[in-house]
Amino acid sequence: MALKAEQSERLGKLLSERSEKISKRWAEAAAAPLKGRLTVAESGRQTTELQLQLQKSLSDGAVNLDNSHTAELRAVLTELSRGRARQGFTATETATSIFALKSALYEIGEVEKGGETALRDYVAWSAFIDELGLFTFEAFSKAREHIITEQSEQLLELSTPVVKLWEGVVAVPLVGTLDSARAQVVMERLLQALVDTGSPYAIIDITGVPAVDTQVAQHVLKTVMAARLMGAECIVSGIRPQIAQTIVALGIEFGDIATKATLADALRHAIRHGGAEMRAGKRES
Amino acid sequence: MERVPILKIGAVLLVSIQVDMQDQMALQLQEDLGQRIVDTGCKGVIIDITGLDIVDSFVGRTLSTIASISRVLDAETIVVGMRPAVAITLVELGLSLNGIRTALNVERGLELLARNAEPDTLDDLDLIGGPEATSS
Repeated sequence: MALKAEQSERLGKLLSERSEKISKRWAEAAAAPLKGRLTVAESGRQTTELQLQLQKSLSDGAVNLDNSHTAELRAVLTELSRGRARQGFTATETATSIFALKSALYEIGEVEKGGETALRDYVAWSAFIDELGLFTFEAFSKAREHIITEQSEQLLELSTPVVKLWEGVVAVPLVGTLDSARAQVVMERLLQALVDTGSPYAIIDITGVPAVDTQVAQHVLKTVMAARLMGAECIVSGIRPQIAQTIVALGIEFGDIATKATLADALRHAIRHGGAEMRAGKRES
Repeated sequence: MERVPILKIGAVLLVSIQVDMQDQMALQLQEDLGQRIVDTGCKGVIIDITGLDIVDSFVGRTLSTIASISRVLDAETIVVGMRPAVAITLVELGLSLNGIRTALNVERGLELLARNAEPDTLDDLDLIGGPEATSS
């Protein structure tokens, strides 16, 4: 719902004339529900910036949030929401900061004494402020989504290191649940590491995988097959007794893939089969 | 039509595929290689596919066939230098290239051939009445 031109003008006038009082009242009202997690000064700084921007937009003739006059106002709102999302505030707490302007306007604008016009104005302003609040909701959830994707990417990066254990032996210690996306990343990383280091042996250590189901086994088997196609041998290590029981109970066949209880056993196996050069641990020129 | 060059290095034939393989090229290679194995009497074949970005099911199967043909002609085939992306695709397609031996690169492939080559013991056997054995 758009403001009428004169309502917009009157709101702008009120904001500029009683600027300091509104600013103070708004800051107080905005800080109250945050229960001290954000200082009054900090929240006040944000609301003052918003107020300035709002005033500017209104003097440019803004009647709703969708036109070009409010681009900067939207930028300030987005920035506020993004900041709050990062600091761990809820969407409600963020929007309440905006809605706090209503009570400030009601008190400072002396709506009760102003008669019918003032009341009509106030309803229109409220609708406009609601629009601002809803915008912060949108911006907030966007910022949250962004943070979540960023974090899951980071997690993916963090959790799949490929380490070189010995000349010609690389290992991936898998930690955490292995879903399809992670399995894909692990597979790609491992195979690339094989090419980069020219290692004929790879060890997949599943000590940190809490449970092995058919899907996880499938992923591991696929990785082993792909490594074989490239000319490298894979050893699966870190199989705990419970996991071994599950594997047998599920009827998963590892075929001729070497499986070892510990990483040390797997490394010993690789070195024993890798020839004299690898036994000496010499770096290839 | 383009042909894949087959190079002879010692007792090994080296096939280095540098361009994307068309079906016709693969079939031509299959024929040429059989002929070269018979002509040279080589005991090992190394097929280097480092340059291949795409291996489809047809090329995959042709590689398998080449390996089988070579084995019949008493030469061992080793496919080397398969890229990770290609390996993943083949596994996803369910092609495990049965019967093909693989190595990471040409060097390792040569090592593998050398390790598996039967030691040539005929020289040590006086019992066989070859011309050189009797003259010495």
